[in-house]
Amino acid sequence: MKTDELVKMLAAGAGAVEQNVAQRRFATALGWGACGAMLIMAIKLGVRPDFYVAMHSPMFWMKFAFPLAGATAAIHMAIRLGQPGMHIGNAPTVVTALLLTVWLSGATVLLQAPIERRDYLIYGISWDVCPSNIALISIPVFIAAMWAMKGLAPTRPVTTGAATGLVAGTIAIVVYALHCPEMEAPFLAIWYVLGMLIPVVAGALIGPIVLRW
Amino acid sequence: MGTSDEYPYVGRLAASEDRLRNLMVLGLGGDNRAYEVFLKDLSSHLRAYFRKRLARLPGEVEDLVQETLLAVHTQRHTYELDQPLTPWLHAIARYKMIDMLRRWGGHDALNDPLDDEQELLVSSDTQMMEARRDIAQLLEQLPDRQRLPIEYVKLQGLSVIEAARMTGLSESAVKVGVHRGIKALAAMLGR
Repeated sequence: MKTDELVKMLAAGAGAVEQNVAQRRFATALGWGACGAMLIMAIKLGVRPDFYVAMHSPMFWMKFAFPLAGATAAIHMAIRLGQPGMHIGNAPTVVTALLLTVWLSGATVLLQAPIERRDYLIYGISWDVCPSNIALISIPVFIAAMWAMKGLAPTRPVTTGAATGLVAGTIAIVVYALHCPEMEAPFLAIWYVLGMLIPVVAGALIGPIVLRW
Repeated sequence: MGTSDEYPYVGRLAASEDRLRNLMVLGLGGDNRAYEVFLKDLSSHLRAYFRKRLARLPGEVEDLVQETLLAVHTQRHTYELDQPLTPWLHAIARYKMIDMLRRWGGHDALNDPLDDEQELLVSSDTQMMEARRDIAQLLEQLPDRQRLPIEYVKLQGLSVIEAARMTGLSESAVKVGVHRGIKALAAMLGR
């Protein structure tokens, strides 16, 4: 088939194309993914028993505010990466700033605490299950977000896979915070971030395989 | 005094971007005639762009033009109307070129980090060549539920309703068949 014939074929009956497909795909995917994450959290782990008491602590809200801000930036980044030729925007700066804030406050708390309390501040009561729980909760969001990305046209598969994983990781933290009773900044700065990084690395690894088009 | 004659490069470029962008926006709005002109213009730009970069693989140029046209078509929902068109087109063309070079096993031609996206629309080449792989033959390999809708709607120019009557498929099955079939063709070319 000659190129001119291909052009005619592609244009014939092509019709109008919907707008904001990327945004709508991600909205659908993240809706389902978040539901899946909530189900896993509720069934396998359960909401923290001191939920209503903890609500009065500022740290309770910080545990949602930071990952929600991160998720917003990650979603922006992912949508841009899914559309060829778009600049990635300032989302990486936002994510870096959030991470630095988390690490800095963790370090500050740790350094100001008496030495005998540092072990508790770092390990809490659940350091050994925290990252794997977050990774587990991230699975439905990860699959859904990858599905959304599959319908787009990312030209940088490793970065795009990582950004898609970051969407899953940050949302998983939000959901996990409903269960996890840990409230110390050093704990969160280490184990939450580690848990979040698992889907990020997974995304970067499978991006080049899954996101080809 | 800055006239476009003094900066032919810039003038030509802005003209191409504006012209192609207008055609593309009309096309996305449902104007198939404008969309056809857009694809035809684009194919000339792609041909010149690839021919310059694939000096050692001249036989691949036309195939790559066709593959990129299919990619532009199947991914056109990822173009946002308020964005400039050139970076979008360039990113797709470059992605498809790198993909093709990878299939050839040579990465050397990728060492072009300064590849300027503006170069895509600077030159054009209407001298069509024969593609090595014939899309008409690939079309034969598709299952009937995709092949027949494409033949009736896209090649013979029938309406979806007519194609539905001819094939016995529902109208939505005809649309889905066209959509999936074109995507399958794009995937076959990328192999």
